[in-house]
Amino acid sequence: MLTIYIHNEPYRVKAGINLLEACLSLGFNVPYFCWHPAIKSVGACRQCAVKVFKGPEDTRGTLLMSCVVPVADGMRISIDDPEAVHFRARVIEWLMLNHPHDCPVCDEGGECHLQDMTVMTGHVQRRTRFPKRTHVNQDLGPFVAHEMNRCIQCYRCQRFYCDYAGGRDFGVFGWHDGVYFGRAQSGTLQSEFAGNLVEVCPTGVFTDKSLAQHYTRKWDLTTGPSICVHCGLGCNTIPGARYGQLRRVYSRFNSQVNGYFLCDRGRYGYEFVNSDRRILQPRLRQEDGSLAPVAKAQALAFVGQALQRGKAIGIGSPRASLETNFALRKLVGAEHYFQGESAQKSAISEAILDCLQRGPTPTVSLHEVETCDAVLLLGEDVLNTAPMLGLAIRQASRNQPLEEVARLNVPFWLDLVARLITQDQIGPIFIAATGATRLDGLARQIYRAAPDDLARIGLAIAHLVDPTAPEVSRLPDDAFSFAHPVAEVLKAAKRPLIVSGPSLGSVELIHAAANAAWALTRAGKDARLCYAAESCNSLGAAMLGGGDLTAALELLRSGQADTVLIVENDLRRHMPENDFEELLSLARCVIAVDHLEQATTQRAHCVLPAATFAEAEGTLINNEGRAQRFYKVLPPPAAVQESWRWMGELWVASGRGEASPWPNFDAIVAALASEFAIFKDVPALAPPASFRQVGQKIGRQPHRYSGRTAETADQTVFEPPPPEDADSALAFSMEGTPLEPPSALIPRYWAPGWNSLAALNKFQIEVGGPLHDGDPGQRLIAPKPYPQSPYFKDFVSPFARRPQQFLVVPHHHIYGSEPLSAASAPVASLCPKPYIALNGADAAAAGIAGADQEVVLSLAGASLRLSVILDSTLAASLAAVPAGIAPFEGLDLPAWGTIAAAPAGGQRGGGGS
Amino acid sequence: MIEDKPLTSRMRSDGRAVSLQEYVAAGGYQGLRAALQLSRHQVIEQVAHSNLKGRGGAGFPTAKKWGLIPTDLARQPRYFVVNADEMEPGTMKDRLLMEGDPHQLIEGMIIGSYAVYASVAYLFIRGEYRQSNEVMKQAIAEAYQAGYLGQKILGSDFGLDLHVHTSAGRYMCGEETATLNALEGKRAIPRFKPPHPPVVGVWGKPTAFNNVETICCVPHILREGAHYFRSLSRTEDGGTKIYGASGRVKTPGLWELPMGTSAREIIFEHAGGVPDGCRFRGCLPGGASTAFLLEDHLDAPMDFMSLQAHGSRLGTGTLVVLDDTVCPVGMMLSLEIFFARESCGWCTPCREGLPWIAAMLEALEKGQGRQEDLHILQEHCDLLLLGRTFCALAPGAVDPLRSALKYFHDDFRRHVINRRCPWS
Repeated sequence: MLTIYIHNEPYRVKAGINLLEACLSLGFNVPYFCWHPAIKSVGACRQCAVKVFKGPEDTRGTLLMSCVVPVADGMRISIDDPEAVHFRARVIEWLMLNHPHDCPVCDEGGECHLQDMTVMTGHVQRRTRFPKRTHVNQDLGPFVAHEMNRCIQCYRCQRFYCDYAGGRDFGVFGWHDGVYFGRAQSGTLQSEFAGNLVEVCPTGVFTDKSLAQHYTRKWDLTTGPSICVHCGLGCNTIPGARYGQLRRVYSRFNSQVNGYFLCDRGRYGYEFVNSDRRILQPRLRQEDGSLAPVAKAQALAFVGQALQRGKAIGIGSPRASLETNFALRKLVGAEHYFQGESAQKSAISEAILDCLQRGPTPTVSLHEVETCDAVLLLGEDVLNTAPMLGLAIRQASRNQPLEEVARLNVPFWLDLVARLITQDQIGPIFIAATGATRLDGLARQIYRAAPDDLARIGLAIAHLVDPTAPEVSRLPDDAFSFAHPVAEVLKAAKRPLIVSGPSLGSVELIHAAANAAWALTRAGKDARLCYAAESCNSLGAAMLGGGDLTAALELLRSGQADTVLIVENDLRRHMPENDFEELLSLARCVIAVDHLEQATTQRAHCVLPAATFAEAEGTLINNEGRAQRFYKVLPPPAAVQESWRWMGELWVASGRGEASPWPNFDAIVAALASEFAIFKDVPALAPPASFRQVGQKIGRQPHRYSGRTAETADQTVFEPPPPEDADSALAFSMEGTPLEPPSALIPRYWAPGWNSLAALNKFQIEVGGPLHDGDPGQRLIAPKPYPQSPYFKDFVSPFARRPQQFLVVPHHHIYGSEPLSAASAPVASLCPKPYIALNGADAAAAGIAGADQEVVLSLAGASLRLSVILDSTLAASLAAVPAGIAPFEGLDLPAWGTIAAAPAGGQRGGGGS
Repeated sequence: MIEDKPLTSRMRSDGRAVSLQEYVAAGGYQGLRAALQLSRHQVIEQVAHSNLKGRGGAGFPTAKKWGLIPTDLARQPRYFVVNADEMEPGTMKDRLLMEGDPHQLIEGMIIGSYAVYASVAYLFIRGEYRQSNEVMKQAIAEAYQAGYLGQKILGSDFGLDLHVHTSAGRYMCGEETATLNALEGKRAIPRFKPPHPPVVGVWGKPTAFNNVETICCVPHILREGAHYFRSLSRTEDGGTKIYGASGRVKTPGLWELPMGTSAREIIFEHAGGVPDGCRFRGCLPGGASTAFLLEDHLDAPMDFMSLQAHGSRLGTGTLVVLDDTVCPVGMMLSLEIFFARESCGWCTPCREGLPWIAAMLEALEKGQGRQEDLHILQEHCDLLLLGRTFCALAPGAVDPLRSALKYFHDDFRRHVINRRCPWS
């Protein structure tokens, strides 16, 4: 810490930061544009000028751009110096010369950093009378709208998109006051992180196209703290709603998890909540076989009877909250509770949990990934399965080159210079995968092979790092020539990271990654181990335990069960069609609780409408074992409620008790914590529902919420009371104190004078740092130092080709492989059609002429007609198909299949034979 | 006889470039031979004693610049870059040097590279200088063939590769660090300093960066000695200078004269004075981005220090002359249109301020100017200062404007009051 003097008052600030960060962290208002807490300083906009004095005697001082000046002990500055004030107002005036006066019709209006900064500098009078420059806009795809006339040329978009996120299809064009930010030509932005442009742009050049479909001003949005449900990373989000509809999702800052950003699946997947596939009424199977809406009481009576009469099992879900799965488990009993995943996936989730808890290597948060300096990706295509992990790895790839920046005494935050010094140097990233991944451009070395051979690579690296780790027999030369340098580099790194995940369906891969990480730990490295997770609560479901779907089916076959209660799960996505049909035929009664129509709800005898993440509260465990709380953003539609609440009502309906054991959320959290030691800290994740600030709840609606009395005026002129929320300290109204809520309950970032999301600065201990009372969430698992070698033994045989057969492996797609986001219209437009990818040599050997040829894939008893894609990067004897996309949902892959040219005619992409 | 025009004396009257044979016959590459006998440190010492200052406009001592390159050789390779992106309005001296005597520049680059341990040198030439490009490329090929470039130059351990890079064409590319970005294939925006190019230059490596004319002086310093070079000058700054005059003079041109020659001598003796019947009003002494000198200032020696007393600077030493037949507001408009167009668009004051200046000047010229425009023009001159802008482009652009507003204020006012340009 050192002391700087602002307006002659001493302040303690952290050494090594810049003056702008220091001023903002101390709570001073200094306007800025080109600086961003995550993408750092370049000194382009000249907005953050302050006066710096040489000493107490210096009365003239020098005007300097605070974002590029390092703080120094004893430094004396003035923000209010008249010359500085004047200059900052002039900078705004320059920026406003060409900025259109279209705030009333601009989607950024009301949360525009440019508006805030303009007001802050006091520039109110337009002095120019000359024509404004104009631009032609581009169609950038389904996510981001483009209005270049509003551009103030801060360069943030290009710096985020290209420099930070590695995008290649975006840039700066043109010159002087005609500089243009966009693509070389119209077209969908290719980056997985394009939606962040909406938040990164300080004004309305890049706006949210999905929001524009049902536009609402920030001040009219009801918002709440939430967690993304579209992969296992648990990025923190702030969804916003109005008129019972979810309108958008913005990032919610968490310095340990997603920081300032989100991936596009997370940002744009929300529209499933508004989908016309939503189940909004209880439905009961009628005599004529139809599924008709019924009153809640009727449905409850039906299910209650079914549970009472039959031998019921409960099937939970990796995408349902801990509380929901727990309630189901209590309702049906632990021995009748199943996790809701296939045997393969259950085994992988359990293996991941086991490796993270049993071994000596700690896992990582996304933020910690960014601090690693060498990374081995083993089998997981993270940009498609856990995109934000890919973004974190991209930041990690800068750490070794940045050491040179430190040697030259250049602060790392001086991004313009740091990138000059590092040029295109990339730290050691190694990728072992079945085919190309979109991170390959970062890789120092790439190894492509079948899943078993990838696992063997991991095991081999473990042995090369630590000779006491089991040796891998019969390792071919090409594998060794990859594994050896990787082992050497990982050993030489300060903080090596091993990344793997469930997407290739291989427990061996999970174990191999653990071996490699454990070997590094045992070799004295500060190593880290990271697994992606497929669903938002995969690890939580694994922690709760319960059998897999094969065991559930077995129970039905044996007659020990005849009634199935399925919660927030589409079994068709977790079991092959034949098993699914068998389960349905064996069950006398199938009850499904979910929010979207899907294969299981369509076949159920009774369907109960569940709340989505946006209408419920709950706890999710992310891929690193971090428990995080989400809350309702909007009240659920009338007949809809949280699944855990349905379980409580079924408890009563099935005669288990007079009242629900969990009358409110805190009750079920308490019950969960008392029953599972691992969840003992879950109640403390956030304040209870009884929490009040100055006697008041925390308003989900901002102080400027408008039209409140008119919202339901078409139904009644009497304003209804706001919906009650007995489950949290948040209220569905604008009432509440202006005080800052505890970090787990922050419903939005807003501060006096800071209407844009840059108001976040006011919620942090220091800009870019944690929230005032710490980032919400808590990791529930910790590594265990192992006295003996914990290693998994060499059990994986080399991949053996089979004549005339292909090993069909799943390739995941950021858009399409996750079912909820795929039900969101903007995401759906980018989902791939079913395909089968082969490498050219294999295709030629199989007599396939080329791309686009129709073939029939025979796999697991099904014949699937598909169009061929040639992928030269695919390892030999592999065929890749899109994971989770019909007709491949529910198939346990990898699996062996055969391919034959399709007969003329027939339908593509579907159907059994 | 002591040669008093070392830079231009070998040039042929027919305008063709001096060939390698001609250059060698006239004592060429002797400076390089002398340099290779010295330690690298001694070469820099020699240049230091010569008082050679950068001819690109800033007048930074060349030896001092080279001395900033780290002496530890950890960061390799090192680069030697010569800026031939000559685009300053009114300036065409580097073109003369390249097209007239290319080997002089090549020899200087080899010596400079030797002095800073550079193994790769780039000559960054303005794209529109097609003939310069051709001439330099041919001369470089000759030099390679004769063993002046490549490995083991003249039997020494020193090797150098010299590449010509043709600019895609922007005034901005002549700014030291923007040149380096352009050379790397990036947008020609300036870089943040510090670190300066000697520490972090092209491709992030230590880089010497000099003007063509500066480097053309180097062979003569090494061949004839620092004392000789200093003796060529009339002032502290060593050597001769290629001065020029354009605009309202009878015989525009370039002349190699002792450093410190006065503007009066250049305009009235060498350039023949303003056309008959016209009155001299002022001149920009060193290209477009320097402040006006008036009649009273013309006796000051044109060197790096003396002009500062009159609020101007030497710049490139190529004068642009204004007489009473040309509207000073119109002259400023034409310059500011140029500067506004050539802003790189990186920092706000330059990108937005210069077009606004140009728009106001245009309004004045069209008779649509307002009194407040003069105030706003003055305000821009007060705001667009180095440090407030990212680089020197905008400060250079307002230097002539500031002096014009001061010296020709009545002319500006007449545009507003009469609602027309008095010269139109």
